[in-house]
Amino acid sequence: MRVAIVDYGSGNLHSAHKAFERAAREAGLERDVAVTSRPEIVAAADHIVLPGVGAFADCRRGLDGVAGMVEALEESVRGRGRPFLGICVGMQLMAARGLEYEVTKGLGWIPGDVAAIQSNDPALKIPHMGWNNLLQRRPHPVLAGIETGESGLHAYFVHSFQLFPAVADDVVATADYGGPISAIIGRDNMVGVQFHPEKSQKLGLALISNFLKWRP
Amino acid sequence: MLKARVIPCLDVKDGRVVKGVNFVDLRDAGDPVQCAIAYDAAGADELCFLDITASHENRSTLLDVVQRTAEACFMPLTVGGGVRATEDIRKLLLAGADKVAINTAAVNDRAFVKAAAEKFGSQCIVVAIDAKKVGEARWEIFTHGGRRATGIDAIAFAREVVALGAGEILLTSMDRDGAKTGFDLALTSAVAGAVSVPVIASGGVGNLDDLVDGVRIGHANAVLAASIFHFGEYTVRQAKQHMAAAGLPMRMD
Repeated sequence: MRVAIVDYGSGNLHSAHKAFERAAREAGLERDVAVTSRPEIVAAADHIVLPGVGAFADCRRGLDGVAGMVEALEESVRGRGRPFLGICVGMQLMAARGLEYEVTKGLGWIPGDVAAIQSNDPALKIPHMGWNNLLQRRPHPVLAGIETGESGLHAYFVHSFQLFPAVADDVVATADYGGPISAIIGRDNMVGVQFHPEKSQKLGLALISNFLKWRP
Repeated sequence: MLKARVIPCLDVKDGRVVKGVNFVDLRDAGDPVQCAIAYDAAGADELCFLDITASHENRSTLLDVVQRTAEACFMPLTVGGGVRATEDIRKLLLAGADKVAINTAAVNDRAFVKAAAEKFGSQCIVVAIDAKKVGEARWEIFTHGGRRATGIDAIAFAREVVALGAGEILLTSMDRDGAKTGFDLALTSAVAGAVSVPVIASGGVGNLDDLVDGVRIGHANAVLAASIFHFGEYTVRQAKQHMAAAGLPMRMD
């Protein structure tokens, strides 16, 4: 089984690579994990991961800058239904539009916009930075065996913008930060996480291993 | 609910931990990677490496340390010390740092903070502020380990760098650093109240109540400490248990 982590110049993918390898090893899965900027490798992969850090528009430009990558993602994820995981801005790119600094088109896989976190508490710090719990809204295979809720495990977040899905059922889990933050979104074979599983220790490795086992 | 963070900080020189860490049976207490793994296992919420390597040539040693740490620890890592150009930041991020702390360079050239935030995103730009009390409710930025005054007001400076794109402030009281008499809570709370981004309190932790005060009275979002953890006075887990028992929201995964 081949896992492709899409490299489009957005940040360091070394720790993501290592985290996926370790999660696969600990779960006893035979997985060949590749960090790649080649569309043909993404097209041939069984599981696809789209990371992303920084600003939405920059990430979109970076992704567009790799010839054939958006087409490879469309074909594999939308066309052939390969399991897909978007991380942080990689998750936000699944939305229809990003409203950070400028209006930018997303991949349009999840109806909704990416906009600034709206807090009802002016004392709350932005970015939402640190460890928060996941409040599960509906069951999903990537959360199998993971203790959620306020007394559950924690995920590491660092972001100032969040995805506001238009369809409530696309929300798998939220985090509470002056109101609900979309923490995990899911639709069909696609899942996106706002936090960084590769930095989230126990919860992160468990979620990655669940994703690698997922056959939607 | 978002939790308060406990961040152990390691001073690294020429790729080795300065003074060493003697809280667990490490094969090599001077190896930053082994110390990082031990802190990871002890429940640290993030790690901070402060590079105090004097020569620029030895920077590659630090990059190697960062890379090996990122391979072994799946937790956030902040690296500071000697960050002067966007190229320094790029190298650290590519090696596996999640956040980079800018100190003197931010004082010398505010535009550098803006350039860094625009290029890499605010989420990875921490501005480290070393402040000293100069009067009633007045603190000034000092550089060169607290020896050189700049005449810059610490609170105004914090506001300014946040407006330029800093995503977090690492605030060290030079009066308290090493004194073990607790954080400068007035300074911490003044800065925390002045900026919209998270503040890490640093400098002066002598016991576990100091950590509680940093969050409760100083309104810090995270507390950073070095010696109380390195010398085995307290474990990170004890610190977090103590803070949780005091009613603070802590991650006890």
